[in-house]
Amino acid sequence: MTTLPTSTDKKLGLVIDLDTCVGCQACVVNCKEWNTSNYGAPLSDTDAYGANPSGTFLNRVHSYEVTPDEGAAQLVHFPKSCLHCEDAPCVTVCPTGASYKREEDGIVLVNETDCMGCGLCAWACPYGARELDALAGVMKKCTLCVDRIYNENLPEEDRVPACVRTCPSGARHFGDLNDPQSAVSQLVAERGGIDLMAEQGTKPTNKYLPPRIKDGGCGLPDLKPVATEPTGFMAWLDNALEKL
Amino acid sequence: MHPAPSVILFSVCSGLGFGLLAMLGLGLPNVTGWSAFGYFFLGYGFAVGGLLASVTHLANPKNAIKSFSQWRSSWLSREGICAVAALLIIAPYAIGRIFFGVSMPLLGVLGSVLALATVFTTSMIYTQLKTVPRWNSNLTPVLFLGYAVTGGLLLAAPGFVPGILLLGMGLLQWFAWQQGDAAFEEAGSDIGTATGLGNIGSVKQFEPPHHGENYLLKEMAYQIGRKHAQKLRMIGLILGLALPALLMILAGTSAVVTLLAVASYLVGLFAIRWLFFAEARHVMGLYYDK
Repeated sequence: MTTLPTSTDKKLGLVIDLDTCVGCQACVVNCKEWNTSNYGAPLSDTDAYGANPSGTFLNRVHSYEVTPDEGAAQLVHFPKSCLHCEDAPCVTVCPTGASYKREEDGIVLVNETDCMGCGLCAWACPYGARELDALAGVMKKCTLCVDRIYNENLPEEDRVPACVRTCPSGARHFGDLNDPQSAVSQLVAERGGIDLMAEQGTKPTNKYLPPRIKDGGCGLPDLKPVATEPTGFMAWLDNALEKL
Repeated sequence: MHPAPSVILFSVCSGLGFGLLAMLGLGLPNVTGWSAFGYFFLGYGFAVGGLLASVTHLANPKNAIKSFSQWRSSWLSREGICAVAALLIIAPYAIGRIFFGVSMPLLGVLGSVLALATVFTTSMIYTQLKTVPRWNSNLTPVLFLGYAVTGGLLLAAPGFVPGILLLGMGLLQWFAWQQGDAAFEEAGSDIGTATGLGNIGSVKQFEPPHHGENYLLKEMAYQIGRKHAQKLRMIGLILGLALPALLMILAGTSAVVTLLAVASYLVGLFAIRWLFFAEARHVMGLYYDK
């Protein structure tokens, strides 16, 4: 049923730290690797080695430049995947019943055997979290690695989403955001985690931790060039080469 | 938004087809026999032709039959049900008029209501999307229904009334464009709220996550249409509404004039419907600074 559950027992999701993400794209690669070989149809690529490569990804990392009113601009790397919204508009628009939100943990999934590839759910999502696979013709989205997190065949430390497991800078956290005592909830409270595009009314589960306030640098003046014209040996070399 | 030919063809043709079927259900024109066959053939032709075009939009059409199941929450599902119900209810009514020369007004009115409900549900598929502020407006269903009724009347009862309605639609469409032009800004989403970084300062894209095209950009960040928008609006208003209106009001209702008016109306409506998609901005584009 594409009606949403009135409440979910857990709210499993991600907390993404924009302060520590270094934009290495490792989460993008590991997400693609895990999800192309497990849940549902593979994440296809078209023209992968040609002039116009294109492919399906469930997680992408944008980079933004933010310029405050005063002070230097800063670079923020910004990973984005499905936010597993509480009020997920992608689920209710689905005509076939393929899209659903799980009552037990709040994960939003697509049942690919029911999907007719109309693309309306991708239109309904404000975040661009759903991509129609060009080869399979079905809608793909982040599953929160539902086939890892409950998988008892994996060692316990691997029972987290692939993106979280692979992040080298600890910028991605996974847990139950319904439990105020969980590590992720504590982190959100401590760092003032925010919702993306809250005005859309989707009530996303995933939270983003804004970059920490910069301390204004080390107090020293900016570096200047040490010499514009060469002197000494370099001047002689410069002249000698000039005359050749 | 990507102006997919299949969806434009669907919404224009089905709109006209269901509009005509709605008029026929109300006994406009009051015809039987071969004449009725011609009208119903036209109505079913446009309606079913449009629906078939919409199926080509699906990437996995083998599951299309399942789209009748989620009417509790999905406007797209409701649209499918209304369309099939309208076509099924109007069929015996049409058979009665064509072969037996009888009218079953109750069945006709029910079919008429279902035909218009189909157009309304189509419009709600777009209207419900908060992600596309230009569509997320009360005027969207009014326009879709207006075009269906006007087009239907143009075919069913050419003359002064559809002429005046066409002029009214021109004004309404012009007003909707003005309102739509401001809708994105009024919805309040920008790159700052999309990334949550707006609290720190002004945000711009430094580097996209990929340098090639992808589904998201092709589908929801279509930008070509915005360049010729003003010219296409004029073409839409003149061919789609002004010219057929003048023909209807001044040139009488001969078959040639009606055919000319309908052809002009269709060409103009294709331009207007193309703009409906091409001009619509999706908030997802903000992540790509588009």
